[in-house]
Amino acid sequence: MSAHPLPVSNPVTLEERPDFSVIAEIIQPRSRVLDLGCGEGELLAWLVENKNVMARGVEISAAQVRKAIGRGVSAYQGDIDEGLADYPSKAFDYVILSQTLQETHAPLQVLKEMLRVGRRAIISFPNFGHWTMRRAMLFTGQAPKTKLFPYDWYNSPNIHFLSINDFEDLCRDNGFPIEKRYFLSGATRVTILPNLLAQTAVFLLG
Amino acid sequence: MVVETQCARFESIALDSGAALSPVEVAYETYGRLNATRSNAILITHAFTGDAHAGGTSHENGKPGWWDNMIGPGKAFDTDRYFVICSNVLGGCQGTTGPGTINPATGKPYAMTFPVITIRDMVRLQRMLIEHLGIPKLLAVAGGSMGGMQALEWAVSYPEMVCSTIPIATTWRHSAQQIAFNEVGRQAIMADLDWAEGDYYESAKPPARGLSIARMVGHITYMSDESMREKFGRRLREKEKFGFDFGVDFEVESYLRYRGNQFVSRFDANSYLYITKAEDYFDLTNGTGKLAEAFTTVDTRFLVISFTSDWLYPSYQSQEIVKVLRRVNGDVAYCDLQSNYGHDAFLVDVAEQSEIVRGFLTSTERMAKAA
Repeated sequence: MSAHPLPVSNPVTLEERPDFSVIAEIIQPRSRVLDLGCGEGELLAWLVENKNVMARGVEISAAQVRKAIGRGVSAYQGDIDEGLADYPSKAFDYVILSQTLQETHAPLQVLKEMLRVGRRAIISFPNFGHWTMRRAMLFTGQAPKTKLFPYDWYNSPNIHFLSINDFEDLCRDNGFPIEKRYFLSGATRVTILPNLLAQTAVFLLG
Repeated sequence: MVVETQCARFESIALDSGAALSPVEVAYETYGRLNATRSNAILITHAFTGDAHAGGTSHENGKPGWWDNMIGPGKAFDTDRYFVICSNVLGGCQGTTGPGTINPATGKPYAMTFPVITIRDMVRLQRMLIEHLGIPKLLAVAGGSMGGMQALEWAVSYPEMVCSTIPIATTWRHSAQQIAFNEVGRQAIMADLDWAEGDYYESAKPPARGLSIARMVGHITYMSDESMREKFGRRLREKEKFGFDFGVDFEVESYLRYRGNQFVSRFDANSYLYITKAEDYFDLTNGTGKLAEAFTTVDTRFLVISFTSDWLYPSYQSQEIVKVLRRVNGDVAYCDLQSNYGHDAFLVDVAEQSEIVRGFLTSTERMAKAA
């Protein structure tokens, strides 16, 4: 783990985003980093401060882009489904997609573009295969609403639901090389039965 | 913060048209202090009818600067931290050499013998001023509208002298619509008999009607349908029913007439012609349309800002700049700020603009120190 704690700020706190500490651990100092869906730029600001990276962010929400730029992050307001096409190949060492894959319109296209634009891609997502989801579905027979997926089906930003096994299959079928996998339950690492026990997965591709 | 406009004089300046001007003078103001390493200077570039008085209170008439809400202690361009400079553009009429200046060769105002100038010429003169002030590299060049064009031109012409560029509500080349509005303004001036082919300086009657009509058109383009509806609606001016004549009925008519008349007292009609022509000629690619090529040698940071209701310099024009900067892997931050104020937003709706400018400048400073 990194020696420095991540900044804890509203609205995203470290407790809510344990994947940040894994991502911070993966990224090498002084590398070039693009964060897709960077929100208010908390992760990038931390990486600039502690790892001296060259940071870029994309975020669709004007309010969040404003906060990110206010923090000193070179973020731009745009749609990640389209925006990646403008970057030259291998412009970045890492392209990050944290907790956003399930919100993109064309996830496969985004993943391919991430691997074109970056030497490596870091993807974190909430695991729809977690036992709380299975239990909720089994007992209520309704679209599950849990701590991990807290939205009603009609106002959820999540438009794709994937489990860890689904993502593994996608990588295998498309020849995306998985370099490392990290599985988390809260901030705790999960070592057995990740598809059942992990709330969040972080994959390093490339 | 009481400020005084100063003046620098240079022997000569060569212009894009091939002509030269000698001598040339530039009016400027400064706010804050230049630090020991001369690394905290920010150049503010003004919009079309702006002047050198961007911040503080004028020593002469007590008026606040045109960007006083952005420049000063604790403000976005924090004069406790930065040395802020603003100069009147070449071709202007507020202290810098322009068509109203006396031509030393004839002893009369240049009027229409003044050479046609470009945005790049304006920037060339600013560079002479910055060197004159002993500043090797600017922390930032920032400006809205035509000021944004100058900021972009700085980044492309003198990248080694600019750490960062903040083009706001602007474009990388003037569009047909922008040229069209400028042409209406020019025609209004030139159709006024008092314009007299530009030789009105010695007559008692400058082309006030033409210039005020040009300004009225300009003001419409600076606002938005929504801001005009909010500000005026269909309210009548000091009456309860229509006058059934062609005097002022509506508030909006009164406002435009007032703005037009007020403008005549502070602006020179020939400067209007020359500066709008410089805007219309502006194209960062010199006609090739290949913006990526213009940016290839540029390694400055960019903060591009547009406003959702700006229809004179619409957001897509800023987004084109951002897109190309991404393509050349440039360091660019961009936000399309929500505002109902139209093009004027960068002057009046500054809370969010301040937040991002402040953060951007702080990180630019940190990077410049690390470099």
